[in-house]
Amino acid sequence: MSLRNYFNSLEPHFEKGGKYEKYYPIFEMVETIFFTSNTVTKVAPHARSFVDMKRVMTYVVISTIPCILWALYNTGLQTNSALATLGVEAQSGWRISLLNLSGLGINPDSLISNVFHGLLYFLPIYLTTLIAGGICEVTFATIRGHEVNEGFLVSSMLFALTLPASTPLWQVALGIAFGVVVGKEVFGGTGKNFLNPALTGRAFLYFAYPAYMSGDSIWTPVDGYSGATSLGIAAAEGYESLSNYGITWVDAFLGTIQGSLGETSTLACALGLVFLLLTKIANYRMVVGCLLGMIIFSSFLNWVGSDTNPMFSMPWYWHLVIGSYAFGLVFMVTEPVSGSHTNLGRYIYGALIGFMVVMIRVLNPAFPEGMMLAILFGNIFAPLIDHFVVMANIKRRTKLNVQTQ
Amino acid sequence: MSQTRKQLLTDPLVDNNPITLQVLGICSALAVTSSLNVAFVMSLAVIAVCGFSSLFISILRHYIPNSIRIIVQMVIIASLVILVDQIIKAYAYEISKTLSVFVGLIITNCIVMGRAEAFAMKNKPFESFVDGVGNGLGYSLLLMSVGVIRELFGSGTLFGITIFNSISNGGWYVPNGLLLLPPSAFFIIGFIIWGVRTWKKSQVEAREYKIQTLEEH
Repeated sequence: MSLRNYFNSLEPHFEKGGKYEKYYPIFEMVETIFFTSNTVTKVAPHARSFVDMKRVMTYVVISTIPCILWALYNTGLQTNSALATLGVEAQSGWRISLLNLSGLGINPDSLISNVFHGLLYFLPIYLTTLIAGGICEVTFATIRGHEVNEGFLVSSMLFALTLPASTPLWQVALGIAFGVVVGKEVFGGTGKNFLNPALTGRAFLYFAYPAYMSGDSIWTPVDGYSGATSLGIAAAEGYESLSNYGITWVDAFLGTIQGSLGETSTLACALGLVFLLLTKIANYRMVVGCLLGMIIFSSFLNWVGSDTNPMFSMPWYWHLVIGSYAFGLVFMVTEPVSGSHTNLGRYIYGALIGFMVVMIRVLNPAFPEGMMLAILFGNIFAPLIDHFVVMANIKRRTKLNVQTQ
Repeated sequence: MSQTRKQLLTDPLVDNNPITLQVLGICSALAVTSSLNVAFVMSLAVIAVCGFSSLFISILRHYIPNSIRIIVQMVIIASLVILVDQIIKAYAYEISKTLSVFVGLIITNCIVMGRAEAFAMKNKPFESFVDGVGNGLGYSLLLMSVGVIRELFGSGTLFGITIFNSISNGGWYVPNGLLLLPPSAFFIIGFIIWGVRTWKKSQVEAREYKIQTLEEH
């Protein structure tokens, strides 16, 4: 019996009136993993496109692959390097035992050892995200009777990539549960969320457990090893002093620096962006707006200058490569649901985020990184921006009408 | 106590809770719920002010000219708040410092004004008093519930007594810092409203709009 026939034979039990009617969303979820859904999208948010939501979401997951691969390599590289400097004997744990057992050992020069070590950090975090978030998602789908959406695969992947490698797994579970429930499900599920669910979960963790989400000792998951992120260094001593720590612009661009799992490499994010733009999943207007907003405002601050705050003098091409700017720009700013929906609005929305991220990074002493908060801020303003754009358009059209009469 | 009077007292607890159903008095619920001691004193203060202001306004209701009734109500409420504030300062000085301006702000608490306007101006003194106390209790019930969640998970204590030993004291519990920030009360009150409306379906409001599907066009 083929798989298709098997599903067909099961289906009557889950349809209306069937024995397991209540569990239809779960059946639908499993079925669409194997087969393309034969229904087309009829409602928001993609009503105007022939590309259905499943394909959109799958493309976004594909676009994160460069970042995932880099996350594996860089996490391993940072950890192995830290272990090499501290002395391997001082460290223990199941990951190190496993590495030694497999014969790979702790070797920052070995690609395979790095990737494997990174995988041992990434995989538990990602699996926890999938399980905890998946339970919330399926529970809501079952009770509310909507389908389990592929959007969750995107949220869970992005959420996992924004976390530091040392995040305790229970925090991962708590964060994604908060993101899925408060960021999405309370507003009615995918397509009705006005905040980015992955970022909502990340922001929850950031405010709830600041000691685990910021500071100097968490970016490399090795006990006793401490090192600030490049943004932290830049905020404290100015971006010029990054070279004292052996960080050049190229390092930051490639991503061999400390940071959250998947956000360190601007190059990997750029590859994802090219894919998203070619497939037209991401709207280029948001990207252009966000770049312009960041470049113009940071250049303005360069020009203003400050004697006490070294961040003022950081040029835009450094803003671009350090911190989570690139990751946020590619995967969060371009998210179609929580962003603006009008074309002019998309430029404004992007520019607002670009402006806010520099604003928070440079002018707010409390937070060295501002991308997460800037995007959430932009999400909140997106409907308002749309409203004014639409109103302005109506006004303009009315005026045109008066002239022709 | 007759059936209706009992209802005046118990209705505002769940069925007509001033915070979860009428969504009044949110401001102070956000500000004073990070520790139970403070929330408890605040609750007592609001019960007292709400009960007695309703009582006095109801006694005077035939003598209050309609055109200046709000001002008269405010004078009565404000006098009571000052009285309560002085008592708290005299007997619980430390807590009064934490409560700071929020006792004074009971004057502007919509619940107190709302009961005066909606109930005490039209009903007999004793009923008004019971209604005021009932609404104060409804407010307190929510304040304490939010306070329990915030203090227990935010600092691992209840009324200052350690329940979960936090990591900084050598224990196992990692306090959730978000719960100590006022915005967390928004989430918690939201979750409580969600829970109450799932339990009591009659409190669910009608939908304002519905997203159309293609078939309905």
